[in-house]
Amino acid sequence: MSTRVLVPSGVLGLGFDSQALKRGLELRPDIICIDGGSTDSGPFYLGTGSSKYAHEIYKSEWRELMIARERGGIPLVLSSCGTCGTNSMVDWMYELTKEIAKSLKQNIKVALLYSDQSIEYVTEAFNARKLSELNPAPKLNNEQLSKFSNIVALAGAEQITEALNTGADIILAGRATDTAIIAALPLKNGDSSGGAWHGAKIAECGAFCSTVPNSGVILVDFDSTGFTVEPMALEARCTPDSVSAHMLYENVDPFILYEPGGYLDVTNATYTALSDRKVRVEGAKWVPSADYTVKLESAYVSGYQTITMVIVRDARYVKDIKVWVAKLTKFLIKKIEINTDLFLNDYSLDFHLIGINSALGELETEVIYPVEVGVQLVVTASNQKIATELSKLINPYILHFPLTDTEPLPTFAFPYSPAQIDRGAFYEFGLNHVMSLKEPMDCFQLKLHELSYD
Amino acid sequence: MSYLMTKLGDVVKRIRSKNAGPFWITVDIFCGDLKVFNLVRNTITTSMVLQLTKAPAKALKRFELEDLRVVKFSFHRQEIQGSRGDRDMHGAQIANLFLELDIKVFV
Repeated sequence: MSTRVLVPSGVLGLGFDSQALKRGLELRPDIICIDGGSTDSGPFYLGTGSSKYAHEIYKSEWRELMIARERGGIPLVLSSCGTCGTNSMVDWMYELTKEIAKSLKQNIKVALLYSDQSIEYVTEAFNARKLSELNPAPKLNNEQLSKFSNIVALAGAEQITEALNTGADIILAGRATDTAIIAALPLKNGDSSGGAWHGAKIAECGAFCSTVPNSGVILVDFDSTGFTVEPMALEARCTPDSVSAHMLYENVDPFILYEPGGYLDVTNATYTALSDRKVRVEGAKWVPSADYTVKLESAYVSGYQTITMVIVRDARYVKDIKVWVAKLTKFLIKKIEINTDLFLNDYSLDFHLIGINSALGELETEVIYPVEVGVQLVVTASNQKIATELSKLINPYILHFPLTDTEPLPTFAFPYSPAQIDRGAFYEFGLNHVMSLKEPMDCFQLKLHELSYD
Repeated sequence: MSYLMTKLGDVVKRIRSKNAGPFWITVDIFCGDLKVFNLVRNTITTSMVLQLTKAPAKALKRFELEDLRVVKFSFHRQEIQGSRGDRDMHGAQIANLFLELDIKVFV
């Protein structure tokens, strides 16, 4: 049995070449798979259960894919809906799907796979020693667990297969591994398991494994000994180098990739050019584990923040900006102590020197003096009111603080008024753990809907 | 035997860094040809990388992929992605530390 998978792009929202998609459809794939998110953009999305890209972008891309699906008469699968893959995001994509199905008069079956985990469920698992730490893992206890605003488990091929088995035309999955939706059908069809997972890893970013990453669309053929990959945009090519290099991408280890139920080992994989644009890959191994585990992700409100930026253009101050910040910080801590009832651990003042070492912090090795420095102060506190009030207290000093006591007060540049911007709740990731399950579907839910618009 | 001082970025084809999940950063040094690959694997010591990134020694992984002419390093992020102390959400700017790394090339 062989399985042909069409991947329009690395993520819904990044766009794809319509001509390339058309060409891929003409080659009669068995399924269309596209990923909807990742942790790439930080904890905010999981913390709030919201999506990264603009609504109109999702709408237009999803509409195009729903049309392609109907034309091909094949299933369309989207995983990690709405960037973070929470239940709310699955439901949001479902609403969008209904809206588009209605406008296109499509009668379709839609399966929803939910990945949310309740605090109660995970706490129980934690106390029953069903959670294991990955490396490195945040320290966990019941109190910390109770703070998580959202927890998701990453679905693997098993859960996606359950959804495929419903016969649904469209599958909207919550958080899943990047590879699960692509590997599921080949595995179900009995194709090589090493090839299924390896091909899924190569394909999950779409045309990133080709010479023209932005072209988006690729086609992967899975069979009993491996897989073949080809980009659908005519100007793009897959080469043995471009394909094998993709195992490096965003991976700690280029040879070993962990998934629910085991790991992929590509140490002995071979990459052969079948033409100047098509690559054959064989030799990957899937090693099943004794214990079935799923990775967990969570985010929680870690504080509230206000940001103030002042631009320092005075050459003398630019040269001594670190000394200036140190003196200013010392002064502010004292002022806050005198004028508020806050203790040192009730707030933090983080100065980022844009132009000096903002991107790399203490790792910065380059020492040059720019024409100006953007001094960005991030105030973090346990609630927004404190963060805002502290920023107001700090305002005149960050604007006028002199390097020495005996010089006239400088005035730096605030770009806008008011000078501070309330950022609201600030989220952090809370877990780097796996949870063991007796059965793959134990902590996931599947719902099937039938839509009819005749 | 004489040598010249240069920067790693001037010798290799490309260097990129990215998050590998919220807790790790991975750096790929694309050397281009075998000669440069051997130069890099011999010149860039693990302790140089530890010093450059201030990563804990037990959390630094090193891979030398001859077929691809790539030397890869993966290490714990100094700050968890998105945490209060994090300065670079995607971990892509840290590649510049490697690009600008001074190395001795024997000629």
